Amino acid sequence: MKKKATIRKAAPYIMVMPAVIFLIIFTFIPILYLFVLSFFKYNLISDMQFIGMDNYKNLFFVEAGFWVAARNTVIYTVSLVIFLTLFSLLLAVALEKSSLLNAFAQRLMFLPHLCATLTVAMIFQWLMNEEGMFNAVLGLFKLPGLRWLNSSDTALFSIIIIACWKDIGYYTIIMLSSLKAIPAEINEAAQLDNAGFLRRFFRITLPMVSPQLFFLLITITMGAFKVFDMVRILTEGGPGNSTDSIVYWIYKKAFTGTLNLGLASAASVVLMGVMMLMTVIYFNTINKKVHYQ
Amino acid sequence: MGEIQFKNICKKFGDVKVIEDLNLTIKDGEFTVLVGASGCGKTTLLRMIAGIGPATSGELFLDGQEVSDVPPGKRDIAMVFQNYAIYPTMSVKKNIEFGLINNKVPKEERERRIAEVADAVGLTPYLGRKPSELSGGQRQRVALARAMVKEPKVFLLDEPLSNLDAKLRVTMRSELIELHHRLGTTFVYVTHDQTEAMSMADTIVLMKDGRILQVASPVRMYSDPGQVYVAQFIGTPPMNILPVEDRYLGYRPEKVKFGEMKGTYCRKGRVLTREMLGSETLYKIELHAENAPEKQGTIMVKTEDYAHSIGEELWIRVEEDELYFFGKDEMRIKPGDGSMEAEEILERLRDYAGLHF
Repeated sequence: MKKKATIRKAAPYIMVMPAVIFLIIFTFIPILYLFVLSFFKYNLISDMQFIGMDNYKNLFFVEAGFWVAARNTVIYTVSLVIFLTLFSLLLAVALEKSSLLNAFAQRLMFLPHLCATLTVAMIFQWLMNEEGMFNAVLGLFKLPGLRWLNSSDTALFSIIIIACWKDIGYYTIIMLSSLKAIPAEINEAAQLDNAGFLRRFFRITLPMVSPQLFFLLITITMGAFKVFDMVRILTEGGPGNSTDSIVYWIYKKAFTGTLNLGLASAASVVLMGVMMLMTVIYFNTINKKVHYQ
Repeated sequence: MGEIQFKNICKKFGDVKVIEDLNLTIKDGEFTVLVGASGCGKTTLLRMIAGIGPATSGELFLDGQEVSDVPPGKRDIAMVFQNYAIYPTMSVKKNIEFGLINNKVPKEERERRIAEVADAVGLTPYLGRKPSELSGGQRQRVALARAMVKEPKVFLLDEPLSNLDAKLRVTMRSELIELHHRLGTTFVYVTHDQTEAMSMADTIVLMKDGRILQVASPVRMYSDPGQVYVAQFIGTPPMNILPVEDRYLGYRPEKVKFGEMKGTYCRKGRVLTREMLGSETLYKIELHAENAPEKQGTIMVKTEDYAHSIGEELWIRVEEDELYFFGKDEMRIKPGDGSMEAEEILERLRDYAGLHF
């Protein structure tokens, strides 16, 4: 009997063991190694050399490129968060009514999300070409063409447009499902309580979709902060370093040129710290305003 | 004032006609119950009054004023929904207050009215709570308080008791009757439960397939049903209906007596089942009278007599003035209504009784 009880107690641990082992090998140990590497000078070939806080000093006081990348990443993230949360919510409200047209629009909007980033990038490189569709449309209105991805003034802005176009459908669907989960009677009751459309939206709808909105806020922020593929494929950080993102900058430092793994690790540690801090801030501020049922 | 009048109302959902050419007046200050099986259009009518499900055509008057184009919030009505439709993100107090704020009621008056209503429905200790922290009965009270606090001309209640347990339902029933007496406003109450209709209504409107079958007080509805459907809908168990060729004979289970072999209608039967309900007992009895004018079948009997057992052979008897007659179209026919159809059935029953008893 005693043996049986022991097995029963051990069973859950045995069952989660494979997942935990994977987590330890592929997540926790690399993070630890990253942390260690950030205090060393290392380029994959020569021996590791302990240099204390030098990598961090370089990062903050010498490497101007890191700050440009950080600034670009913040602009990219803030733009995406504002645009995607706002417009996914507005689009969801617009598409809420069940109709054939809305059903069609929903499917159409989800399509970009199914495309590979590479495909999207190719399409937009073509559209944003100086003789491309975008400039042709601007020409129709007698407006001068833009250089889109080829000018340091507009490149970051262009990447933001492409990222939004790719993701808006996905987030709209999430908001739409959340909106549709609100019982019709609650809106009817509010109508009987003489609440106009805007008041119903802000006092009934918005609080009721706030958990999904919060989820969107977190996933968009984290996703945008780690942006890499768009930059790598579309501009490789250029023109100049006008579209460098933190992760792309880390990649360049670590795997191209001088293979400065120590510096890249230090930057990664900083990035991780910032993202953790933001999550904590989100949960301690905005989460208090979210209505969980 | 709160008189509601439907004139030539039609309602279609897509191509399906739910209500066709309906006319009805709901009197001011009365407790009117719309009753019928599910899908009969009773909730559709209620939603029309509320303005959240407009009629396809026809006119709706509130106190003589056409309101088809008046938005729900401006109609001076309050509604209690079947699932309560409480705002889940607001506290109990905010729920009750929401309508008042929208109607720009000053703060002091709001506070006074909320306190009054909360006290009346026993919610005062729960004003700060969220709906998710309340029981079913308390949520129901929030929905009721939210309606009461607006002091509307008309209360609309859509099966408000159907989500409560049986005991609480009976308590809330008498509380609603009391509330109606205290407020004296028009109540329109939708239910599929004839017991609720009978116990609460001043006037019952019985509906079927989007049509009104009968409008009457509970007493008249019970004692003077206009057709077979009404006779069987009102009363538990429903009225016993036995075909007499292409017409029908009916009598209420609680009017059947056991024993003596005399009068216009007495038949031999065998007890199939017995349900002891406490003060009363329900019997299911299989009739077998040879060559009787009415077709033989099973009937229900409700009586205080619990002495009979399953399989027992016995005589049942119904007084002549407790017999109901219905014509080919299932509409009520009465002796002396000129058609002579009821007399004909009665005559045949009497003849049969004269021959055998």
